Amino acid sequence: MQMVPQESLAMLVQQDRVHRNVYVDPGIFEMEMDRLFGRAWLLLGHVSQIRNAGDYFTTRMGREPVLVTRHTDGSTYAFVNRCTHRGSLLCHQAKGSAKSFSCPYHGWTFDTDGSLQWVPTRSGYEPGAAAKIRELGLRPVARTDQYRGFIFASLAATGPSLLEFLGHMASSFDDLVDRAPEGELEITGGVFKHAYNGNWKLVLENHLDGIHPNYVHASSVNVARGAPDPGSPERESDIAIRQMRQNGAPEKVWESIGIWTTAHGHGYMGDYHNDSRLVVGLDNPVFQDYRARLVAKHGEERTREILGVTRWNSIVYPNVSFMSQFRQLRIVHPLAVDRTVVYTYSFKLKGAPEQMFRDTIAFANVVNGTASWVLTDDLEVYERIQRGLGATGADWVDLSRGFGNDVADTHDTRRGGTGTSEIFVRNQFAAWLAYLTAE
Amino acid sequence: MTMSAPPVSGTTITITEAHQLLYREAFLLDRHRFDDWLALFTPDATYWIPLEENQADPLETSSIVYDNRELLGLRVKQYREARAHARLPLARTVHQVSNVLCQEAKGAPNEATVASALIVIEYRQGRQRTFGALVEHRLRRTHLGLQIAAKRIGLVNSESELDGIAFLL
Ligand code: FES
Ligand SMILES: [Fe+2]
Repeated sequence: MQMVPQESLAMLVQQDRVHRNVYVDPGIFEMEMDRLFGRAWLLLGHVSQIRNAGDYFTTRMGREPVLVTRHTDGSTYAFVNRCTHRGSLLCHQAKGSAKSFSCPYHGWTFDTDGSLQWVPTRSGYEPGAAAKIRELGLRPVARTDQYRGFIFASLAATGPSLLEFLGHMASSFDDLVDRAPEGELEITGGVFKHAYNGNWKLVLENHLDGIHPNYVHASSVNVARGAPDPGSPERESDIAIRQMRQNGAPEKVWESIGIWTTAHGHGYMGDYHNDSRLVVGLDNPVFQDYRARLVAKHGEERTREILGVTRWNSIVYPNVSFMSQFRQLRIVHPLAVDRTVVYTYSFKLKGAPEQMFRDTIAFANVVNGTASWVLTDDLEVYERIQRGLGATGADWVDLSRGFGNDVADTHDTRRGGTGTSEIFVRNQFAAWLAYLTAE
Repeated sequence: MTMSAPPVSGTTITITEAHQLLYREAFLLDRHRFDDWLALFTPDATYWIPLEENQADPLETSSIVYDNRELLGLRVKQYREARAHARLPLARTVHQVSNVLCQEAKGAPNEATVASALIVIEYRQGRQRTFGALVEHRLRRTHLGLQIAAKRIGLVNSESELDGIAFLL
């Protein structure tokens, strides 16, 4: 596999177009793992996954298998999930609770703070066994930090702080957390893990794309249009039908929404919905109950403010896409240049009516379900893109929609001239190039 | 098709009848006779592919599929849409049903619970995949004959990283 010299990277990623190699070249993929996933802050998960001492979960940071633990003193740790002896994967469970982690090969045992507690037949390391054992604790991930319960880590020892990295995107997490009447979230309800034979960037280039729904999702839009209208009384199928229909919104709706971008490749879709097209109808009793609970906690004015944020997907580059209105979070894991898996989580808002979470799950099943009417078409198209980009007869991927019309906005954001601007993809690639060419 | 058929009580469902229905269901799916397949389900039927192995509730935990009869109907309709990208062409399948056990449902003499093993071979666009599932049908004798009141498909790899599933199990 060949590394691509830095000058050529700049040739591949131009302001309004990129070369197909950034999606298909295995050498570039390795560079992405080293320089982008090896540097950026990546979301690992949420504190509710490790509430109590000894709780843990495993995940990936690019190529690195990672173990995240809650230690007895309450602190959170992230380690490379690999035994420091001869390299076995240490913890092979997705999640659980443990007093310590014992390696399957020779039984080396590590505490939840990563320190090596025990090795068999210690005499083999004498003299100096104590020092040796001190040295061979689990290798921690270089930096970890949290924002409002979201656990991030970076494999690089230096770089911007988490708050600098998030910038204005922090407000999307605020939006998610503030919606909980008791100010707390819980990840629960299972994890969809949908995989596709395509590059990891394709999913992040899709989630703020307002053109594709009318084409990719035409079939689910049509069948939902043929179904009875959702409404009062709310029926079990209504959430699915609303969401499928919404993808078929007319062009002028997509043009009028907002696409904002920030430094480091992030972006969000806003001004998206302010009526009952998507949420269970605003006059729905469950929503009314929920609203009343927010008002009881925060008063009318603050409630209006909280519910007045109308963001759809927010992308924190390069591994997160989430949405507060239906409490969905997606973590993108690149597996190979042409293979990606997306882990999808649902959140329960503490203090919200129970039914609201069931609605969240009903929504998740439609939008993120491995067999959903909607997602299956996205996955199919990612694979077709990957196949198309394998063609050598044409090199460039065009990203010029709205190029030149971006405008500077508040909080150091830039906004696309229209809701369907490809500004967010251009912005992702600007960050991509900065990561890949930085020393 | 959505006409509600009142249950017929007091007639035990035999293992032979259960076999016949499950085989017929597999036959209809594999021949792409989806309207006939839909007609096997009662109007209040559910079709469920849980995400987790011991999942008890389809809406406290996400489900790969949790459809009522109306949503199931939309799946079948999607097959006929011009831009059904993941379904054009539709996967060709073999549903192999075996290990059928039939048990009378407690307190519902016109119903039976049927456990079976299901192996599905799916072929589409140059790729063949195999799925295995432990399936539970709830069958009900109605005036339309023996129908499916619920189907729960426990995919053995439901918790794994899965590529899109755009066919019916
Ligand atoms: S490899 Fe882990 S104890 Fe030897
Ligand atoms: Fe989509």
